[in-house]
Amino acid sequence: MKKYDVVTTISYPKKGAMGKTGNWRVFRPVVHKEKCVKCQRCWIYCPEGTIIQNKDGTVSIDYDYCKGCGVCANVCKVKAITMEREGKEK
Amino acid sequence: MAIKDLPKTECILPGSAACPGCPATLGLRLVYKALGKNSIMIVPACCTAVIESLYPNTSFDIPTMNIAFEAAAAGASGVEAALRIQGKTDTTVVAWAGDGGTYDIGIQALSGALERQTNFIYICYNNQIYSNTGIQRSGATPKGAWTTTTVGGKNEFRKEMGEIIKAHHIPYAAQTCVSYPEDVYNKVKKAKEIKGPKYIEILAPCPPGWRFGMERTVEMGVLAVETGAWALFECENDEMRFNGKSKLILEKKIERKPIEEWIKYQGRFSHLFKPTKDTKTLKVIEEHTDQMWNRYRQCYL
Amino acid sequence: MNVMIDTGNYIAAKAAVMAKPDVVAAYPITPQTTLVEGIANYVASGDFKGEYICVESEHSAMSACIGASSAGVRTFTGTSSHGLLLMHEMLHWAALARLPIVMCNINRVIGPGWNIWADENDSLSQRDTGWIQFYCSSNQEIFDTILQSFKLAENKKVLLPVMISYNAFILSHTSMPAYIPSQKEIDDFLPTYDPQWKLDVTNPITFGNIIGPEHYEKVRWDMQKAQDYTKKLIPEIANEWKKKFGRHHGDLLEKYRCEDAEYILLSMGAIGAESKVSIDNLRKENIKIGLARVRTFRPFPNEDIRKLAQQAQLIVIDRNISIGSGGILFNEVTSSLYEQVDTKVTGFIAGLGGKDVNFKDIENMCKKAISGKAKNSQWYGFEEVM
Repeated sequence: MKKYDVVTTISYPKKGAMGKTGNWRVFRPVVHKEKCVKCQRCWIYCPEGTIIQNKDGTVSIDYDYCKGCGVCANVCKVKAITMEREGKEK
Repeated sequence: MAIKDLPKTECILPGSAACPGCPATLGLRLVYKALGKNSIMIVPACCTAVIESLYPNTSFDIPTMNIAFEAAAAGASGVEAALRIQGKTDTTVVAWAGDGGTYDIGIQALSGALERQTNFIYICYNNQIYSNTGIQRSGATPKGAWTTTTVGGKNEFRKEMGEIIKAHHIPYAAQTCVSYPEDVYNKVKKAKEIKGPKYIEILAPCPPGWRFGMERTVEMGVLAVETGAWALFECENDEMRFNGKSKLILEKKIERKPIEEWIKYQGRFSHLFKPTKDTKTLKVIEEHTDQMWNRYRQCYL
Repeated sequence: MNVMIDTGNYIAAKAAVMAKPDVVAAYPITPQTTLVEGIANYVASGDFKGEYICVESEHSAMSACIGASSAGVRTFTGTSSHGLLLMHEMLHWAALARLPIVMCNINRVIGPGWNIWADENDSLSQRDTGWIQFYCSSNQEIFDTILQSFKLAENKKVLLPVMISYNAFILSHTSMPAYIPSQKEIDDFLPTYDPQWKLDVTNPITFGNIIGPEHYEKVRWDMQKAQDYTKKLIPEIANEWKKKFGRHHGDLLEKYRCEDAEYILLSMGAIGAESKVSIDNLRKENIKIGLARVRTFRPFPNEDIRKLAQQAQLIVIDRNISIGSGGILFNEVTSSLYEQVDTKVTGFIAGLGGKDVNFKDIENMCKKAISGKAKNSQWYGFEEVM
């Protein structure tokens, strides 16, 4: 990445530019892999892009940045994702 | 292009300043799956300008130029001319603006850029309000909607930007919605291959702006299309073509759901239901939607 | 070297085209129109090989220039009066973005009512935008200054946009001869543009997102430093031009017969040119008076003026008025002299609304100042008849 010397508002790409936005969550999505049909709907609809596509076609959540909006659970047609309260005991 | 076959590269990095459930970041992710990294984006004042996050960092892994509220399309004309003269004609120039910067303050620059055939894609992500400044009404706000400047519900119907764009006779114009990723992808991909000015408007249901649970962003878009409040179509060289459910509604192969089925889930319309049901206004909105579809049938069937 | 006898606008168009900008985005407004028409003619003849964007407003003209400059190319535009005011927001933007855009502004009166003649309220009301500002007094100076401005703006330690102002009709539509160097000579003087930041798909920056207070202050500091540096660079570039082409229109000020002057007149633009005639006439009457024509208004030549004030009383003519305060040049001159309370400064407001100010008027103003009967500040030829 080339950095410019000019003193003006030039910003450079950074993952987590607002920090670890995972700490915004009240609810966290939990993927129940046994139910997952690997349709990738949750991955495409995630507004934050924090759904990771695993090699086997299932998905995982990047909890560092997931804001817990629940869209993934909402769009999953087989209810393989549930929203659970943060800090709740497993 | 099926969802699972869409490109994997992400141009919008996680950890941005966007609200949870934000349709703008969802829209950007979809658009960039079709555009790829060989593009430059011009963003006026709007939510996206904030979503980029704070200097010296940005959440966007794509060259982005912020510009004043009314100037997106004019800035894009300048960028495009500069790239063309440098021989970089394969780089896609995209203006990404909200409905405020498109329907209202930015309409002049947009109209000018379309008329002078700027080779770019103008994408309006429409959440039907000025959301960046805190949910004030825009020319895209539908009748009856609460906003901070139309507290009792907006009296006027929204503009039909699609019709205004059609009058510019550009090679490609389209309406789509974040809830239909393949539709967004196909339309952006098509636009990318066409030379000349292109316009794509993406309905973007906004949880804080429309007052619905942040998990229902995609649902609200689907209902907008199923009730006919929003149509999916494309216009290629003045030939109109409706898509998906909108096509079926146009051809009367299915009935559009009553508008209530969309607005009853949104807090911005709750004053039409509580303390008493405002049947008069609901009827007016329903009739207006009927009229819009009858006009579509007359003109485009 | 060729001689071109043409109006200020057509000579400006020639200069602009010879600087080889890659993008020109402009919107017509009287009396700038023949400037953009001049460039359009060069588009048709093939002499201008850049992109010429006919935008739909001046705000869009500056926005398009900002877009183009951000994408890494040399840009030029022109406007006047209401057009300049319409692009006001984007003038600030261009300077804060450190984009070396060059623009001609034809000084025209602001309405309502509609008035197309010359006064300088339009450009002077933009003095806080961060743009470097030149005021020209001849078509030759317009040509020379435009080329010098590109070199100035694009300097790595400057990177600020430059506005070259000249009076409506008196210069814009009046033919004067100007020596035009060859394209090769211009190319030797002005190298190809080397952008110091740009939008580039191989280097994905975001320009202009949210910036916090501590960082923003640094941006402003650097802009101020840049304009301070131009106080040194403007005379250097003018000197380089003089060596190459034999012509010099002054540094920040153009001093005329100031060496033994007891009174020094400060004026700008067309009045500045006319002042030389008045100075010569007054000298014939043994009045020891000289002219310091203000060539750059930004950066403001404080140090130069303080020096002149040590030797002479100052007379200032303003073809503008800052309502609620006074003549803008007068205000900035007197504030430069805040430590020199002994210097007498007499200000005149003259030529507002395009009212003609000829060498006789200027002589009358100087004589009134010298007589000791003048107020600190007055409206010439107006208050007496009010």
